[in-house]
Amino acid sequence: MYKIGVIGDRESVMGFKALGLDVFPCDDSESGRKTLHNIAKSDYAIIYITEGLAYAIRSDIDEYNDSKLPAIIPIPGRDGATGRGMDSVRKSVERAVGADILFGGNK
Amino acid sequence: MERMNVNPTRMMLTSLKKRLKTASRGHKLMKDKRDELMKSFLELARENGRLREQVESGLEEVYKAFTVASSIISNEVIEESLMFPKQGVSLSVDTKNIMSVEVPVFSFTTTTSESGNIFPYGFARTSGELDMAVEGLSDLFPMLLELAAKEKETALLAAELEKTRRRVNALEYVMIPRLEMTIKYITMKLDENERGNQTRLMKVKDMMLEQAIKDRRKKNEEMFGA
Repeated sequence: MYKIGVIGDRESVMGFKALGLDVFPCDDSESGRKTLHNIAKSDYAIIYITEGLAYAIRSDIDEYNDSKLPAIIPIPGRDGATGRGMDSVRKSVERAVGADILFGGNK
Repeated sequence: MERMNVNPTRMMLTSLKKRLKTASRGHKLMKDKRDELMKSFLELARENGRLREQVESGLEEVYKAFTVASSIISNEVIEESLMFPKQGVSLSVDTKNIMSVEVPVFSFTTTTSESGNIFPYGFARTSGELDMAVEGLSDLFPMLLELAAKEKETALLAAELEKTRRRVNALEYVMIPRLEMTIKYITMKLDENERGNQTRLMKVKDMMLEQAIKDRRKKNEEMFGA
């Protein structure tokens, strides 16, 4: 059985605890990075991470891009969507097609 | 395109021709794979974008509700209330095969002591706003899960598509022209050898003929002249 983890600042991730997800509050990027690597190695299949933190440690997240598990998904933090979550989709399209042909023009 | 550095022999020609045949067939197959992958990828990416927009706006609502709740009761109380969840989520992962790309499929089961009641706290010390926030989040959860699956699928397909695209291009613009060039070079070289041989033979024949005529003439002179 796999688990679902949520990483982000305390305020944003608090609510996920009520759903029964495992919550890892991290306030700076260094501890976020450590937590990410730690739980990615154990049996977490999905890791949600707040956009701000995801952006700060994006190079570490990219390491898991090509492996089947875990899926690391950026979600907006408490201060609203920054559009960086959409960037990951855009990046995939760019990688596959060579140019962003789907979501271009709105940024 | 420069040719490969090989010996221009008939054996090499045969093996190169075989390689060219394999390369062209591989190129055709890869191209088909790329087209099909591209088709499913674009559809998936579009869907992924739509889903993400929905999730983002949904989460915004949830955060708003939490903010409202935390303005009524203190943060500490909220945190304390949510500390021991009643509900557990366990996830099982299957794999699905799209064009030889293994993508995960998530399905989750929740474990609750009583269904319909996910609130892990008593209602005495908390406000209704917190209930709304938690409920909103719990409603959003299946969508979040779907987003995770879609997004991983998109990323994995993108990686495969990139690889296939590169292979198609390498075959089309490097391997096949180079093989063709080399085959042409060997054919020309062999033809050239053949022609050289022919001329040499003709020359030798001429020389032998000349010698024979000279001998005959000499013999005739000896016979009739003397």
